[in-house]
Amino acid sequence: MGTQGWAVAGVVLVSVGTVGVGSLGLRRARTTGDFYVASRAVTPRWNAAAVSGEYLSAASFLGIAGLVLTYGFDMLWYPVGYTAGYLVLLTLVAAPLRRSGAYTLPDFAQIRLGSTVVRRTASVLVVLIGWLYLVPQLQGASLALSAQTGAPGWTGGLVVCAVVLTTVAVAGMRSITFAQAVQYWVKLTALLIPAVVLATVWHARHDRLPAQTLGGWLNPLGSGLDHPLYVTLSLIVAICLGTMGLPHVLVRFYTNPDGRNARRTALIVIGLLSVFYQLPTLFGVFGRRYLPGLAGTRLADATVLLLPERMLAGLPGQVLGGLVTAGAFAAFLSTASGLTVSVAGVLSQDVLGRRGDRRRRIRTFRVAAVLSLAVPYALSLAGARVSLAAVVGLAFALAACTFCPLLVLGIWWRGLTAAGALAGLVAGGTLAGVAVLATLVLAPRSGWPGALLSQPAAWIVPLTFTVMVAVSLATRSRLPAGVGRVLVRLHVPESVAAELPSIDRSAR
Amino acid sequence: MTERVRITHPRTTAARPVQGRPPAREIDELTAVGELYLASLMRSQRRAAFAVCLGAVGLLLALALGAAEIPGWSRITLAGVRLPWVLVGVAVYPVLLLAGALAVRLAERNEREFAALMHER
Repeated sequence: MGTQGWAVAGVVLVSVGTVGVGSLGLRRARTTGDFYVASRAVTPRWNAAAVSGEYLSAASFLGIAGLVLTYGFDMLWYPVGYTAGYLVLLTLVAAPLRRSGAYTLPDFAQIRLGSTVVRRTASVLVVLIGWLYLVPQLQGASLALSAQTGAPGWTGGLVVCAVVLTTVAVAGMRSITFAQAVQYWVKLTALLIPAVVLATVWHARHDRLPAQTLGGWLNPLGSGLDHPLYVTLSLIVAICLGTMGLPHVLVRFYTNPDGRNARRTALIVIGLLSVFYQLPTLFGVFGRRYLPGLAGTRLADATVLLLPERMLAGLPGQVLGGLVTAGAFAAFLSTASGLTVSVAGVLSQDVLGRRGDRRRRIRTFRVAAVLSLAVPYALSLAGARVSLAAVVGLAFALAACTFCPLLVLGIWWRGLTAAGALAGLVAGGTLAGVAVLATLVLAPRSGWPGALLSQPAAWIVPLTFTVMVAVSLATRSRLPAGVGRVLVRLHVPESVAAELPSIDRSAR
Repeated sequence: MTERVRITHPRTTAARPVQGRPPAREIDELTAVGELYLASLMRSQRRAAFAVCLGAVGLLLALALGAAEIPGWSRITLAGVRLPWVLVGVAVYPVLLLAGALAVRLAERNEREFAALMHER
C-alpha cells in the first residue's frame, strides 16, 4: 500500500468518524433550539476546542506552509493574525455579543438597530462571506485528493459536500460541537506527529536551507511582492478585525451559557491556536529545502501533503503522508460544516422564510444547507489562480470592511443609527466586494493598484468607520428607540441582569 | 471618673438612606440615574477593552515595522534562527495569550465592581 492507500484510508476514516460522532448527538436534538445551537450547554473548554476545530481551515492547515515556502518570512503574519483576531474578538465583542442573544450577525443588526433593511443587508454579506470562505475549502479538498491519489479534480470537493450535508442536515448543531472539538485534536495530531518526525530527520541530517534562499526569502519584506510593507500591514488589519465578522465563529460563541464564558472561551482559543500555528511554518521551511520546485505554483498548497514522502523513504513517509491527508480533510470538513450551518441558518431565516411549524422549519434549513454548498462547489470547479490562504484572506478582508465597524460601533457607541450602519455596510461591502472580484477574476496587477486591491482592508476599514459615524451623526434625530435598553442588555453582567425584570431573558 | 456621654443630633439615624431606591432599579427603569450607571459601566469596559486591544495590535504593527526597517535584527540569531523569525514565529503567541488573560481580568473586575455598586444599600 503506497501513500495513495494510506491517504484514502485516512480520508475514509475521518469522514466516517465525522458522521459517526455527529449521529451520536442525534437523539439529543429534540427541539429546534437544540438543533441550532446545542442548547448552550457546552463548557468553555469544549467550546474553545470546537471554535478552534472549526476555525483551522484549509488555509491554516495547507495554505500557510505553501505561502511560507513561496514567499518566506512575511507570511508568518498570517498565523499571527489568525490568532490575534481572537484577542480583538475577546476584548471588543465576545461578552456583549453573547449577551445580546444574537445568533447571527443579522440578528445583532436587528436587535441593536431595530431595522429590517440593515438586517437584510447583513444577511447578504453573511452569505457572500460564507461562500467566499467555502470555495477554498472545497478547492483544497479537490487539490488534496488529486495530489495524493490522482483522483479527478472534482472528487475531493464533492466528498466534503456529501459528508457535511449528511452531518449538518441529519444531526444539527449539538453533535457538531462535539465533532468540531474532536476535529481540533485530530488536526493538531495529524500535523504534530509528522512535524516532530520530520524535525528529527532534519536535525539528524544536519540539514540547512540552500544558500540561494538566504537572500530575500529569509528577510522581512523579501517576498518579492509589490509594496510588501503595505501588504503586510493591511493583511494584519484584515485578519485581526475580520475574525469577529466571520459567520461561523459568531454562531459558535452563541453556545456559551453567558458573557463571562464567552470571554473565557476566546482566551482558551488563543492558547489552542498558538500551539497549532507553530507547525505550518515548520513545514514551509522544510518544504523550501526539499520541495523548492513547488514555490509559486498551484501545488505549493500541497506542501504539507507531499513533504513526508519526500523527506522519508518507504513506509514511514507513506503513513505520515496518509496522516496529514486525513488531517487536511478534517480541516475541510470542520470549516465547511461550520460555514454551511451559519450560511444555511441565515438563508433559511431571511431568504426562504422562517414560517411554519418546527418540522417545516427544519426542512427549510436542510434545503438551505444544500444551497449553501452548491454555489461554492460550482465556483470551486472554475479553478483558481489565487492560493488558498489568499482567498481566505479576502474573506477576512470583506468581513473586516463591513461587520467589524458594525459590531464595534454597535456595542461601544450609543450614537449609531440604522441609516449610519446601512450606509457603512453598503459602502464598505461594495468597495471590498469590487476589490475581491478584481483580485480573483482579473489578471494580476502590479504596483499600487494590485496591492490596494489584493489587500483592501487598510484603506476600506477606516472608510467604513468614517461613513458609519458621519451618517449616524447626520441622522442623530433618528436614534433607534430603546437604545439604552439594548445597551443595558449588552453590558450589564448576568449576575445583575438576573434581578432586572425589564430584561427579556427568553432570548438569552 | 465621670461616665462618658455620647451627644448626637436626634435626626442622624433618621437621615440614614432608608428612602434610597436600589441602583438596580434605576438601571431597570433607565432613569437619569440609571443612564449614568450604564454610561459609567460602558466607560470602564470600553477603556479596558480598547487599551488591551489597541496595545496588542499596535505591538504587532510595530513589530512588522521593526522587522522591516531595522535590518540589524536579521543578523542576530537565537539557536541558529534569525531574530525576526523567533519574534514573529514564536514569541508573539505567549504575548497574545497574556494580553487575553489581562483583558479577561480587567473586564471581570469591572463587572464585579458594577455588581457591588448595584447591591449597595
